[in-house]
Amino acid sequence: MKKHLKLHIIWIALIVLVALLIDFLIAQGIITQVYERTLVTIFINIILAVGLNLVIGIAGQFSLGHAGFMAIGAYAGAILMMQVDGILGLLLGMLVGAILAGGVAVIIGIPTLRLTGDYLAIATLGASEIIRIIILTSDNITNGAIGISGIPDTATWSIVYVFVIITTVLVLNYIRSSAGRATLAIRENEIAAEAMGVHSLKYKVTAFVIGAMTASVAGTLYASYLGVVAPKDFTFQKSIDVLIIVVFGGIGSVTGSIIAAISLGILNTLLQPVGEWRTIIYAIALILVMIFRPSGLLGRRELMISPFLNRQKGASQK
Amino acid sequence: MEQLVNAISLGSIYALVALGYTMVYGIIRLINFAHGDILMLGAYIGFALISILKLDFFSALILSMLACAIIGAVIERIAYKPLRKSAKIAALITAIGVSYFIENIMIVQVGAETKVFPDVLGKQSFQLFGVDITLKQVLIFLITISLMVVLTLVIQRTKMGKAMRAVSTDEEAAQLMGINVDNVITFTFLLGSALAGAAGVLVGVYYGAMTPLMGVTPGLKAFIAAVLGGIGSVPGAMLGGYLIGLLETIVNALGFSLYKDAFVYAILVVILIVRPAGLLGKNVKEKV
Repeated sequence: MKKHLKLHIIWIALIVLVALLIDFLIAQGIITQVYERTLVTIFINIILAVGLNLVIGIAGQFSLGHAGFMAIGAYAGAILMMQVDGILGLLLGMLVGAILAGGVAVIIGIPTLRLTGDYLAIATLGASEIIRIIILTSDNITNGAIGISGIPDTATWSIVYVFVIITTVLVLNYIRSSAGRATLAIRENEIAAEAMGVHSLKYKVTAFVIGAMTASVAGTLYASYLGVVAPKDFTFQKSIDVLIIVVFGGIGSVTGSIIAAISLGILNTLLQPVGEWRTIIYAIALILVMIFRPSGLLGRRELMISPFLNRQKGASQK
Repeated sequence: MEQLVNAISLGSIYALVALGYTMVYGIIRLINFAHGDILMLGAYIGFALISILKLDFFSALILSMLACAIIGAVIERIAYKPLRKSAKIAALITAIGVSYFIENIMIVQVGAETKVFPDVLGKQSFQLFGVDITLKQVLIFLITISLMVVLTLVIQRTKMGKAMRAVSTDEEAAQLMGINVDNVITFTFLLGSALAGAAGVLVGVYYGAMTPLMGVTPGLKAFIAAVLGGIGSVPGAMLGGYLIGLLETIVNALGFSLYKDAFVYAILVVILIVRPAGLLGKNVKEKV
């Protein structure tokens, strides 16, 4: 128990420290407006990647439809924030978006999650494209291809940061819960898990719904921070971008996703001068990582503080 | 009636691309995401041959098929072969990476804007049973059918075709029987990519325009066609291609052109749920 408390304190201290550091850097003018935008993009990517990792890495279900759920959150947020001002509008948009995305995920998930592997990937991709096309064609609500602009920019970097922490903690806790362990069992061997009495569809759908809701939250934050949304932001390409982060970090490693989101975000900024070659370098890196390290940078391992604590404790006992 | 002609020419193109997907999937169980991009390369190569080297349509078509076949085989050797033994998801992501790579290389090299494909076949048209048919449409149909006949002959009658069928049934057993599995897989990519290259030139002629991202949508739809017909089945891919072409034309004719892609995806989801093996596919029971 004491060890747990110590761990929590270290984590909270770390979180606060990062926030203070960013605040300090912004106040000093080291993080300019442009860099702040990169920072928020990284944060939003962390939320997206952690959510997708729950579906792909933990539940072992290869979904390519993350952008669709992000679009739901972005549009729900955009529409509600235009009606309700301030933080209330943001939270309301987030809530409505998450409920909507969750509902859609149940509708899509129950039939499609019976499929496996590539088929599931294609089915979710199709579903996400259908969501996008519906948004594109309902111009009276969503303004069609032009999208919605002038959304009040309620979300600051600190609000986004708070949500990064909330979603990460939620996902991590879910993974460690009994439901999470059942989900892991399905990943390892679905037939064996079923034989042991694990209701595999239930857990797969749950993971899918949680993933969809986090994507929706990321979408709302995205809409609020940028102030504009358009259907072209949520194509198949966006799902791939998130997938790349998850794969780079390690399929199944939450800390891996976070590290990958940060390093790819920085790499992206550094590669800005080479312009269009950036995406090519990205693609080559993706292929090379798959060939030489198919499990990603961290594989399934997590970076944790507790081993360090234990080691120290072991050393002092000697 | 005219819509039917449109459906047939569109369906022919989808069927050609779907055949490539089906063959590759049948052999190594990989959705080759880069297949649609090979189609795009085929269109650009055809464009270059016609407008820069001033070749006629048929030699451009054949050369572009050859070039695409080589590109496809090279991609297989470099990117997919090292992953033969790793998890399926790794191969799938690599395929996405390859697709990304080809698209962006082309964006850098030729620019992202739409280019006009030379109108080599002209606008000639004639009447048949009171229906206006353009020369383009006839040619697309004839080329597709002859390529399909050739492909079926290759698969059914040649030694390599026999080897392909053997590998797709049981890779290990095929290897034990002295079949060089690596060569067979490369050959499959060669054939599939040649068909995609042909489809690319035909798409260019049919729509008269091309962009570096033009392969994405036909690629996805052709894949859906392959799934619809039963992935791994050659007649299934043809049937699926024509069905998707027909469906899209009907939706278009009814005035829902904006929803046309949504319809195709919805069909995909429904088919996967109702008959995951596709219309002509065999149901394979999951093994414990």
